[in-house]
Formats: sequence, structure tokens, C-alpha cells
Amino acid sequence: MTAMVKAEGVHKSFGPVEVLTGIDLEVKSGEVFCLIGPSGSGKSTFLRCINHLEKINAGRLYVDGELVGYRQKGDKLYELKDSEVAVKRRDIGMVFQRFNLFPHMTAVENVMEAPVQVKGVSRSQARARAQELLDRVGLADKAGNYPSQLSGGQQQRVAIARALAMDPKLMLFDEPTSALDPELVGDVLDVMRDLAESGMTMIVVTHEMGFAREVGDSLVFMDGGVVVESGHPREVLTNPQHERTKAFLSKVL
Amino acid sequence: MTVDIDKTPADTPPAGPEAIKAIPVRHYGRYVSAVVAIALLVGVVYAFSQGKINWDAIPDYFFDDRILDGVGKTLLLTVLSMVIGIVGGVLLAVMRLSKNPVTSSIAWFYIWFFRGTPVLVQLIVWFNLGLVFEYINLGPFYKDEWSDFMTPFLTALLGLGLNEAAYMAEICRAGLLSVDEGQTEASHALGMSHSKTLRRIVIPQAMRVIVPPTGNEVINMLKTTSLVSVVQYPELLRAAQDIGQTSGAPAEMLFLAAAWYLLMTSIFSIGQYYLERYYARGSSRSLPATPFQKIRANVLSLSSRSKPTGGKA
Repeated sequence: MTAMVKAEGVHKSFGPVEVLTGIDLEVKSGEVFCLIGPSGSGKSTFLRCINHLEKINAGRLYVDGELVGYRQKGDKLYELKDSEVAVKRRDIGMVFQRFNLFPHMTAVENVMEAPVQVKGVSRSQARARAQELLDRVGLADKAGNYPSQLSGGQQQRVAIARALAMDPKLMLFDEPTSALDPELVGDVLDVMRDLAESGMTMIVVTHEMGFAREVGDSLVFMDGGVVVESGHPREVLTNPQHERTKAFLSKVL
Repeated sequence: MTVDIDKTPADTPPAGPEAIKAIPVRHYGRYVSAVVAIALLVGVVYAFSQGKINWDAIPDYFFDDRILDGVGKTLLLTVLSMVIGIVGGVLLAVMRLSKNPVTSSIAWFYIWFFRGTPVLVQLIVWFNLGLVFEYINLGPFYKDEWSDFMTPFLTALLGLGLNEAAYMAEICRAGLLSVDEGQTEASHALGMSHSKTLRRIVIPQAMRVIVPPTGNEVINMLKTTSLVSVVQYPELLRAAQDIGQTSGAPAEMLFLAAAWYLLMTSIFSIGQYYLERYYARGSSRSLPATPFQKIRANVLSLSSRSKPTGGKA
């Protein structure tokens, strides 16, 4: 298996605050990669670096073998233009903690938007595909609803469908269930489980240890901007090696 | 039995637990203030009716050709100036928020200048710009003397439109900033460009914040067009004043103009209401009711409420 995402000594700071202090990891193609850790540990920031919503300050980050945000010629780095960054983002779907659906569009319009505007797909084709995707996330009957008329769990599933509409090769999930009522979490996790079974490469920042254990292929525990421990989810979750991991897991499990 | 009791309040409220019968608080202040207000109004109306004003002159001239022409010109000027103002305002707002320091400084300077000087002064300056530019020369396309090029209409349009753009820029900027940053991020994450994000995602949502003050600006603009009489453009006020001088009823013609302005601003207000309603879609679960729907709902609730009270009486 080839590496979908590769990080080498990634650093990120916001002003004087260092959020990532040297991340090294590798996400293989087709695997479900879970990132866990206390809040403020930099996991969401790292996720946002992968599609260049945040610029990294040092190190190298590769997606599908290509440098994120830069082009390398010889030993010089050239910043990519906004339009070039946008082209790369087409292949990376992202799901946000707060859904971020477009509130002035119905569910089906939300899903159609990027294919029509970015890829130039015809509206009728995009609509048919959007309808299919909504069906896949179990919301075929909610196509005409505005986000404000949907529950949090339904909104998040529309957001997943919206990301899938661009046929990404990599999906990023930024705490997709953290803003949901407990009883709505299951529906979203079911959709993500289906997606994982279809072979999608997924990086999931989550607090759902059950999901990580069942669906995850790899798991990384982050704290203080570094990877503390990594391995197979079942091993790390049941038999953590580091004191910090043990302390964290004893609180959340 | 308990199930029945639980359900009755929702289905038939009058049959529920006995309603409280209490003597409501008497608001004597309301009666007093209403009487005072009506007395004042009657006084003012009486004073005006006894004044040396020839009220009959107003209906005589209300639909005079010159007045109607003036009304048309006022509306034309309002609409075109607002179009310049809105397009310019959106452009300036985007420039001000752009990362490019040159465009944002230009926008800042423009707003600083046009907001900082009175629109009346700007109008007069446009009119007299012939002192600086004797000729206007656009190469092979157009060449003319400034005074011939700068007609009263163009002066009025540029003066009002460019000034309005500065105000609209601030309104639009507030609107653009009101849209959650997550929207831009979501759009970028889907691979949409800056301009597409702005056009498809941010501006439609900003409209909810932009439309109400813009409606205000339209109404303001309609009234501000009366300033244009100083640059010899025959809009409503000027037409009314001209008739006033020839017909010997100058004050009456001012009342007439005021009535027309009031009529037009009222119509614009109604239009604004429906525009706001349109941009509110998706922001709340149901759209606010139109006045017609509100009246119908009130009538219905009154008739349904009158049934139990009617039974009592």
C-alpha cells in the first residue's frame, strides 16, 4: 500500500503559540486513520494543514506523493497560487465539527454546488448524483429541506454527502460527532462505517473510542503538538504504553 | 381518564382547567396620552386649514405633466444612483477586505473622501469641474468640452452615485463580515475559488444583513435627489418650485412635492419588506408572514376566539 498522506516534522504555530511541534506520520491508502487526544493537542490543526486551510511553518507534508501548498524545484520551494491550491482541494473531502452547510441552499443544492461550480457538471447530472448520495446517507426524503429544518445528525450526513460529491480520494473528518446530541451520533457513525467499508481513505479526529476500535486501521494519540503513541487502535486503546496515553484513556473510556 | 385530562388542553383549550378570571391592570396613562395626541393633531390640522394656503391648488396640479415628469426623473435618478452605489459599494467592500494592500488602501481612501465631504458640495464640484478639465478627451472615442459633456443629469448621477457607493461599501463590508468563517472554509475545502466562494456562498448570505439598511439607503436617496435642483436638473422638487413661481402658489407646490415623496417612499418600504422576506429563506424554519397573511390570521383567530365568548354572551 502506498502512502496517501505523509508528514515529516510538521510544525505549526499561531503567533507565539506552537501548536504542532514536529509531527511524523504516514496514512496508507484505503485505511481509516484515527487521531485522538485532549483538546488543544493539535489534532484538528493537523487535519486542517492537510488541505492547506492552515499553512505549516516547517517540515513537509505530502498528499498522494505531492507537496501540500508548495512546489519544489531543485532545492527551492515555491508557494502555490490560490487557484492551484483549490485544484488540489477538489480531491480532499472535509467534514467539519459544526457541519458548515450552506444555509441558503437546500440539502440537494448543497450537495450539487461544488460539482456544478467547480467541475462544470450539468445541473441535471449533478442533481441525480446528489440525490443518489443523499439516498446513500439515508436522507433521500430530505433533499428539499433547508439545513435549518434538519437535525444536527441529518445536517452532518448531508455534509458528508456534499464532500463525497466531489469523488475525493481522501476524506478528513474533524470531530464529526462532537456537536451532536448523543442519540444522533450513531447515524453519522453508521454512514462513516459504510464509507470505510467501501475502501475510502479516511482521517478521523474523534472522541468516539468505540468507533476508532471497531473501524480504525491505525490510531495516533497526540498531545502537546506531537505524536505520543501510535499503532493499531485495539492495541493502543487496550494496552497503552505511555503514561500520558494511559492517563487520557482512563478518563475518556 | 388521566390520558383525557392530558390531551384536553392541546385540543380544546376552553374545556381545560377553569380559566383565571381577574380584573386586568388599567392603563390610564394610555387613555390620557391618546387624548392628548388626538387633541394636538386636531389642533395642527385646524391651524393648517385656517392658514393662507390655497389647498385647491394641490389637486389641480397633482397630476400636472411637469410634476409627473419630475416624479419620473426623480425615480430614474434614484434607481440609477442606487445601481451605481450598490455595484460600487460591493466592489469597494470586497477591495477593502482583500489581502492586496494596494486595493484595500484605494478603497479606504475612496470611502474616507466621499464619506467625509457633504454630498451637496460634491454635486457642485462635479458641476464646476470644467475649471480643472476644460476638455474631456477619451482618445479616438470621445472628445468634447467639459461643460457639454457634464450635463445636469450626468452631474446628478455621478454626484449621488459615487457618494452612495462609499456608504454602501460600509454596509456591504458589515454584511460580508457577518457571514461565518466556516462557510468560506467549507467552500474552499470543496475546491471552490475565492471569487466563486464570494459569489455563490458569502454574498447571498450577506444579503440578509445588507438588504435592510440598503432599503433605508434607497429611501434616503429618493429624498436626497431633491438636492440635485442646485445643478439645474428638473426633478420633482425643481418642477414643483417652477410651477409654484408661475402659478403663484409656491408653498402649496412644496406640500404637493412632499406628498409625492411620501407616496414614493411608502411604496419603496413595501418593496423592501418583500425583499427582506426573500433573503430570509433558509435562515429560520418558516418565513415571516406577509401583512396580508397576518391580517388573515388575525381575522381567523378573532372569529375562532369569538365563538366561546359569543357563547358566554
